[in-house]
Amino acid sequence: MKSLLPRGPRRAYVKADREESTMKTENGQAKSKAKKLRPLDKISSGISGLDEITGGGLPKGRPTLVCGNAGCGKTLLAMEFLVRGAVEHNEPGVFMSFEENEEELTRNVASLGFDLDALSAQKKIVLDYVRIERSEIEETGEYDLEGLFVRLNHAIDSIKAKRVVLDTLEGLFASLPNEAILRSELRRLFRWLKDKGVSVIITAERGEGLLTRHGLEEYVADCVILLDHRVNEQLSTRRLRVVKYRGSVHGTNEYPFLISKDGFSVLPVTSMGLDHPASSERISSGVERLDTMLGGKGYYRGSSILVSGTAGTGKTSIAAAFVDAACRRGERALYFLFEESQNQIVRNMNSIGVNLEPWVKKELLQFHASRPSLYGLEMHLLTIYDAVKKFKPRVVVMDPVTNLITVGTEIEVRSMLTRLIDFFKTEQVTAMFPSLTTGESSTSEIAISSLMDVWILLRNIESGGERNRGLYILKARGMEHSNQIREVLLSNHGIGLVDVYAGPTTVLTGSARIEQVGLEKAEADRRKAQMDRRQREIERERGVTDAQIAVLKAGLEAKIDELNQEITEETLLDQVNAKSRFNMAANRQADVEPKSQKPRGD
Amino acid sequence: MKPESIKEQSMKYKETLSKAADEKYCLRLYVAGSTPKSLRAITNIKRICETHLKGRYTLEVIDIYQQPSLAKGEQIIAAPTLIKKLPVPLRKFIGDMTNVDRILIGLDLRPA
Repeated sequence: MKSLLPRGPRRAYVKADREESTMKTENGQAKSKAKKLRPLDKISSGISGLDEITGGGLPKGRPTLVCGNAGCGKTLLAMEFLVRGAVEHNEPGVFMSFEENEEELTRNVASLGFDLDALSAQKKIVLDYVRIERSEIEETGEYDLEGLFVRLNHAIDSIKAKRVVLDTLEGLFASLPNEAILRSELRRLFRWLKDKGVSVIITAERGEGLLTRHGLEEYVADCVILLDHRVNEQLSTRRLRVVKYRGSVHGTNEYPFLISKDGFSVLPVTSMGLDHPASSERISSGVERLDTMLGGKGYYRGSSILVSGTAGTGKTSIAAAFVDAACRRGERALYFLFEESQNQIVRNMNSIGVNLEPWVKKELLQFHASRPSLYGLEMHLLTIYDAVKKFKPRVVVMDPVTNLITVGTEIEVRSMLTRLIDFFKTEQVTAMFPSLTTGESSTSEIAISSLMDVWILLRNIESGGERNRGLYILKARGMEHSNQIREVLLSNHGIGLVDVYAGPTTVLTGSARIEQVGLEKAEADRRKAQMDRRQREIERERGVTDAQIAVLKAGLEAKIDELNQEITEETLLDQVNAKSRFNMAANRQADVEPKSQKPRGD
Repeated sequence: MKPESIKEQSMKYKETLSKAADEKYCLRLYVAGSTPKSLRAITNIKRICETHLKGRYTLEVIDIYQQPSLAKGEQIIAAPTLIKKLPVPLRKFIGDMTNVDRILIGLDLRPA
């Protein structure tokens, strides 16, 4: 026998416990000073999205239970909680694993860019693998799990850890046969962890009818997060739900989450508020006539535009024109393709005079082509988020948005789009969503029209043995817009919008419109000719009348002349008569009339 | 059967027996403080060793409170834990060592 149980000084562990208890009373005093209404302290989980759902993070200094089936990401969530805490919040952490050893853990999370070796070297993280071989162990009487406590305590104290992860504590149930001891010890463990003031994540397997296989939720009841991995129509979706959060409000929905190369991210189904900015700046749609239809200025920046229509109505062309206009302004544009390849769309748009190639070369335009069924909706959402965050476009097109419906149910797609639109609005990105509709109904397929600010409807108008494209603006929030239908003409000069012929009974487009226009022109010509002829007739008439007037005038003048002649003669005659009368009177010795009295004719 | 071979075999048997009887036992007992459980375990294992392994064993008693880092290295989770380091294979016994039969079987001192 080499050594005996040492006696004398109090043991380090007990001391630590004491310090802990004094610290606690200090905390208690601090609390009473701050007085009553202090909400639960939370620490950032470091997992994007989870803090939003839980209103700030996981409970500080308390245990959180993360449960779920095999392969749903429990260990990863826990590891990210620890690593982010260590790296971003300067809160060192202890990872106690009951399943994987240090080396495996390090390698597993290396793919997420977490360098556990480096973090261990910096004393930010301690990994402790607890290996228990059932076959090596013999129970020989009463025992407790003090060994585990000591290890944990030592690990926590060695780096002053604030965060602890116990990865699948339930492994103990398989290794230690005495469940009664185990349960009482676990209860003690959680109590001890709380007293220690560390924030803990405990992972556990999902049990039948229970949250965990061994009913751990009984002991850890502060916060319970349930992870789920479902396969629906061959597409898997991971979901997270906060089952319980004592002392805090939290989102109660099931939130999809992703495990990508950047780690864990939870996507709140809807963002918490509707407080994105509203710009009053207007940007061109790329089609002159469409701009005039929209009050002469085009769309609002940051608005969402739905372009719906049946196959071949020119949705992509409208989108391409929009993108082209954005690039012309020197703005960056991002184009998500779910049907065509980049080369295909560049070629096709060339045919209508929209040349996208130079913009791609100038790195103003980026295409992301992928089949919707390539991965689940959440992954799409994340790819879009990522691409937008990286490329920082001002304009985004998702063509066609309806193809996403093949990936999820209508509700899922709708909720995804809601999130997406929220996201675009917050980023002040103007987004266009070409949407394929079937049939001639004007309802949009995924009932997303209510989310949209502008809704342009394209439709085929079939008449006179041909199809023509018509364009309406069904809605345009906050701007005056034309209520007229326009005909879309796609030529190699670009997109043109022309007025359709709106007659009293029908609307004519295409050749019918041209024919009608021709007819109208002929009619107008004919009427004009008629008018000309009548004018000429009048001219002629005027000539005749003038001539007649001249004749009459001449006659009149002749008469006037005659009259004047007569008057002159008459005057002469009078004078002669007067003279002869005077002479006669002189002859007959008549008295002379006074000079003043003028002689009068009779 | 040849008489020689019988002789050989009995020789071998005796050798093995003496070997087993000579084999050194290296035992380590990890306890957590001087709790009644720890003290019980120490008393019990000492008695067992004195009875069955007199003169050919070493027993180390280690308080994990004093040397917490050992707990990790030796994969200790329960206390008290007795580890049989030698002879191989390694064996662990958890508890206060009151179940003598199990210990003896585990230490290969009694056929199962």
